[in-house]
Amino acid sequence: MDRTLADVADASDGRLLEIAGVTGTGADSRRLREIGFCAGAPVRFIRRAPLGDPAMYELRGALLSLRRSEARRIRVHRAGA
Amino acid sequence: MTTLVRLRPTTPPRRPGRIAILGAPNSGKTTLFNALTGHRAKAGNYPGVTVDRREGDLQRRFGADGVRLVDLPGVYSLEPQSEDETVAVRVLEGGFGEAPPDGVVVVVDATTIERGLPLLAEAAGLGLPVCVALTMIDELKARHGEIDPKELQDELGVPVVGVVGNRGLGIDDLGALVSSPWDWTPGPGLLHGAEAKTPEDRFGWARDVLGACRRQAPEPNRWTRRLDRFLLHPAIGSAVFLVFVGFFFQAIFTWATPAMDFLSGLMDGLADQILATLPDTAFTRLLADGVIRGVGAVIVFLPQIVLLFTVILFLEACGYMARAAFVVDRVMGWVGLEGRCFIALLSSYACAVPGIMATRTIPSPRDRLTTILVAPFATCSARLPVYILLIAAFIPADPVLGPFTWQGLTLTGLYFLGTGAALLSAAVFKRGLLRGATLPFYLELPPYRLPRPSDIALGVWDRAKLFLRRAGTIILAASVILWFLLNLPRRPADPQLSVTENQRAVLEGSYAASAGRLLEPVFAPMDFDWRINVGLVASQAAREVMVATLAQIYAHEGEDGEGLGVLLAGSGEGGAPPLLSRASALALLVYFAFAMQCMSTLAVIRRETGGWRWPAFTFAYMNGLAWLSAWLTFVLASAAGA
Repeated sequence: MDRTLADVADASDGRLLEIAGVTGTGADSRRLREIGFCAGAPVRFIRRAPLGDPAMYELRGALLSLRRSEARRIRVHRAGA
Repeated sequence: MTTLVRLRPTTPPRRPGRIAILGAPNSGKTTLFNALTGHRAKAGNYPGVTVDRREGDLQRRFGADGVRLVDLPGVYSLEPQSEDETVAVRVLEGGFGEAPPDGVVVVVDATTIERGLPLLAEAAGLGLPVCVALTMIDELKARHGEIDPKELQDELGVPVVGVVGNRGLGIDDLGALVSSPWDWTPGPGLLHGAEAKTPEDRFGWARDVLGACRRQAPEPNRWTRRLDRFLLHPAIGSAVFLVFVGFFFQAIFTWATPAMDFLSGLMDGLADQILATLPDTAFTRLLADGVIRGVGAVIVFLPQIVLLFTVILFLEACGYMARAAFVVDRVMGWVGLEGRCFIALLSSYACAVPGIMATRTIPSPRDRLTTILVAPFATCSARLPVYILLIAAFIPADPVLGPFTWQGLTLTGLYFLGTGAALLSAAVFKRGLLRGATLPFYLELPPYRLPRPSDIALGVWDRAKLFLRRAGTIILAASVILWFLLNLPRRPADPQLSVTENQRAVLEGSYAASAGRLLEPVFAPMDFDWRINVGLVASQAAREVMVATLAQIYAHEGEDGEGLGVLLAGSGEGGAPPLLSRASALALLVYFAFAMQCMSTLAVIRRETGGWRWPAFTFAYMNGLAWLSAWLTFVLASAAGA
């Protein structure tokens, strides 16, 4: 079924998602993982900024803002699906 | 996976020398540091607010003497990417010519404990003794979450203390703890985490640890969600943001005025008093005109600085500043920057020096450098006296539309000019000189919290001290040097001439006048005369010195009651001729909008970029742009018949 959303940038409702991984290598992807966007972690879309970008996500109890370009790198699927 | 964690020698020294306090931004680290030391540092809510390394001695009441605490900048991990993080890691590894700390207190926010534990694992991996301060446990309880510090301690092996920094709970326990770091022995649980190599391993480890602890995660912060729904609403949120910016300018420009007028009156009165009471010697005049009026011209900005930082620190501490960065990030993205750069630029409207210092929270070195290079375009408060003097003298006060006058519009236009120059230059730099891969943009949005007034007051006091030190050093030196240049070489008084004529003769033969005349070819295209040139040279020290210089030059001119503005613009029919045409005055305004005329800013750019290369570049490109634009303004204004 539609188990896999492409990435967290596609999320537009408050459903709980599970991170499948971060694409890319090097410092960029490492930094995203270091702040907690690691495979297996639950993540939830909260809202977009008034101008449409960036967007706010809930991750491990904190609110984090990511731009679309970064959110594209975070692959997710629906939690428990 | 077999890396052994090196433990430091276990023979206990007589007393611990230094204990570092490490934690993520917003973990409550600085408040904890304040409580432990009694000597307070700034505590805020905007990620990365602790930019300077702060140290303080542990209060004696905790029973240990001579324990020095080091408050490290907030970091998410020990793989440094931003300046802040580099500083923290260097301190922990024994950089800056010092030994590594004897122990590390890792501050973990209990409401986001899962994000805090990986940092503990990394710190333990360095082989330093660690312990844990679990903050925000009151907030955790209020949100129906639960964690037992004792259980966590059993799991990790190292001491874990639950604290509520701003109410002093648990502080005594922590205070007693930090004097004996050699007792902090990691158990197998923590040693396992210390060996983790990847972020995934560390977060996985954190989950395991918490799983073994019967921990209940907190519910979402309802107040924060509710406020965000309003403050970040697509329409209302943008309006709130605009009101916020408007409020900001209103605060620094309107509300500070009474206090500024008071200070300026005080300085003038003092100078007059000195001239009236002390014998009329060169020293008296140096004291009154050079020192008091020169430094006074800068001291008058103190109320503005105080108000500005009160607003900034309050908004940071309550959590809105991060939201402002979130709202405006897209706009900053158009010129290749990010939301945090906006905060630094906004601060620069008061003064580029704190603005440039605020760039330390920007993780990307390129974004940070770009922000530093364009921040001096923001219309800082030092430009204001020059603008006000020239606008009042040359721009008619006639109404244009409704409440708007030409004068008001000109001032607004100059603000737009500075802002536009900053954004355009940023776009140019990011596409050319500083092009390259960008770091991921992420911003933590802390929960809304009510700031403690004392934390804000102390932060404001720190900034005010910094500002006064600048007034007492650079500005004082510039004023005194300028006074000498305007009054030397000495010449015998000609008894045939009046006092005023004699003083004018001294001025016209002074070194400063020679310098002004030397520059005539440079500024002749704008029709600036040598007196303006002297002002331009002097204002290289600081922009507001322009006004002080013209005041010194014209101290002996004019009749009673004739302001400086009248002298510049001429007194009309049959009166004194103007020093500047309106076209030249407009050119001068534009010159001030763009030119890099501030020693303190150049000094802070040098300090932040680690060399003379970037301050030299800033100086050259800004002054080049200023000259070209001023010339263009002059040509256009002359053609339009101004």
